[in-house]
Amino acid sequence: MRALVPPAISGRQAADVVLFVAALAALWQGAHELVGKEGLASPLATFARAGALLGSASFWPHAGATGLAFVYALAVALAGGLAIGLALGYFRLAGEVFEPVVGAVYSIPKITLYPIILLLFGLTLSAKVAFGALHGIFPMIIFTMGGVKNAKPVLLKAARAMRLSPAASIRHILIPAALPEIFTGFRIGFSLTLLGTLIGELFASDRGLGFLLIRSIEHNDAETILALTVLLFAASATVGWALLRLDRRLRRHAEAEPASL
Amino acid sequence: MPRRHLAFWLRLAFLLGLAAALEVLCRTGSIPRLTMIPPSEMAVRLAGGLRSGEYLADIGFTFANIGAAIAISIALGALLGLLIHALPRLRRLVDPMLASYYSVPTFVFYPLLIVLLGLTRWPLVAIGAMFGVVAMILNTINGLDRVPRALVKSGRVFRLSRWETVWRIKLPAAAPSLFTGVKLAVTYSVIGVIAGEFILSVAGLGRRIKLAYDNLDNPGMYALLLFVLTATVLVYFFVHGWERRVHRRWRP
Repeated sequence: MRALVPPAISGRQAADVVLFVAALAALWQGAHELVGKEGLASPLATFARAGALLGSASFWPHAGATGLAFVYALAVALAGGLAIGLALGYFRLAGEVFEPVVGAVYSIPKITLYPIILLLFGLTLSAKVAFGALHGIFPMIIFTMGGVKNAKPVLLKAARAMRLSPAASIRHILIPAALPEIFTGFRIGFSLTLLGTLIGELFASDRGLGFLLIRSIEHNDAETILALTVLLFAASATVGWALLRLDRRLRRHAEAEPASL
Repeated sequence: MPRRHLAFWLRLAFLLGLAAALEVLCRTGSIPRLTMIPPSEMAVRLAGGLRSGEYLADIGFTFANIGAAIAISIALGALLGLLIHALPRLRRLVDPMLASYYSVPTFVFYPLLIVLLGLTRWPLVAIGAMFGVVAMILNTINGLDRVPRALVKSGRVFRLSRWETVWRIKLPAAAPSLFTGVKLAVTYSVIGVIAGEFILSVAGLGRRIKLAYDNLDNPGMYALLLFVLTATVLVYFFVHGWERRVHRRWRP
């Protein structure tokens, strides 16, 4: 296991980062001067508003509501995507039959299906969960299926030689072999589930961060719109980046030791 | 029968069976009309709407936006990819941002774009392009990373200028990756534009679907949904097949 400490950052690199952040801030401030504070809040006002939001008591129930729907949706997407992906990877013919169908459904703008979800579930938590899971489940299926299909044939031969049952060979051979791919699917599914949950709240909800966002749009509250945008951006980019680091590490590990189970 | 054909017929049978099952469930009332109308009625209603021309303006609006978003994504993405690949210092800075870009729900920027660009078609084009451009950048960089050094060296032997090297050697050698970028840029632009229209817009198919839903006009809503889904699935198979052909032809 390698040390978790990142490589030391050189002075020039640090200066580059500072320069880059300063350039972004200047661009933002310039745009703010151009359109005025009704349109685009200044960086300073935005961060002040974001700080105030984080400190206010009314913000956290909304964040909690979004978090709850997101966790349920992620659990559904993860479990469902894993089960379907494993099945489609294990049974080759089923995989060939359904792969293009899954790919096509993945590519449609799922937001247009929102009315159907609402007609099925009404304005409930289940609707948000279903919509989040609908976004996240497809990358899980696609990557799991791909990982299982690309598992080395020798591994399956070994399973047959040891007379493992299908369940045991999936549990002890296919899942470990496909783990890096499954994790990539989870990483992408994670972001899309969050996207789906937030979009769900934009349209039909009376709480949650998506609801706060649409309410501040209706009230033309530029500061709150931008503060929420920045908070959501910061949170999801941080988690996304951490997952990506983990993902790359898993892949390097898998490439370094192809035979390890 | 070859396996590929068997899979095709099984897939067709599955989809037709699904449509038939929905038809039966809707006709017998197991699925109430308020939730869904039978697929045959969706098709009839859609055909009527297309013939009378009532959807024409919105279809034109949406497709023009998608076209503009795709064009911007591809051109800007390839250009930025070339630029970032040529400047390692810049690349070190933006690499983490590019890599985690798709973990951020891009639609949180849509309200901001409306404020900046007004309630016109431009925020839609912008959100579609924002969605597609990064896929193009990532795949351009990826493709340029894989250009064999021998090719670049032989370019130097022929004393090609910087731009000639890019145009005659680097871009052709990176073509398979570029086409993957184009495929993703197309898919993402479609999603971005239609979703933006659905959230807030003055016209377009997405808005039309939302209006029909708000007015409890289920037949109208399902007819348009059928149109959007069919169109996007056709686009998917078109770019997918095209990409596969390119990859086969370019394989060294």
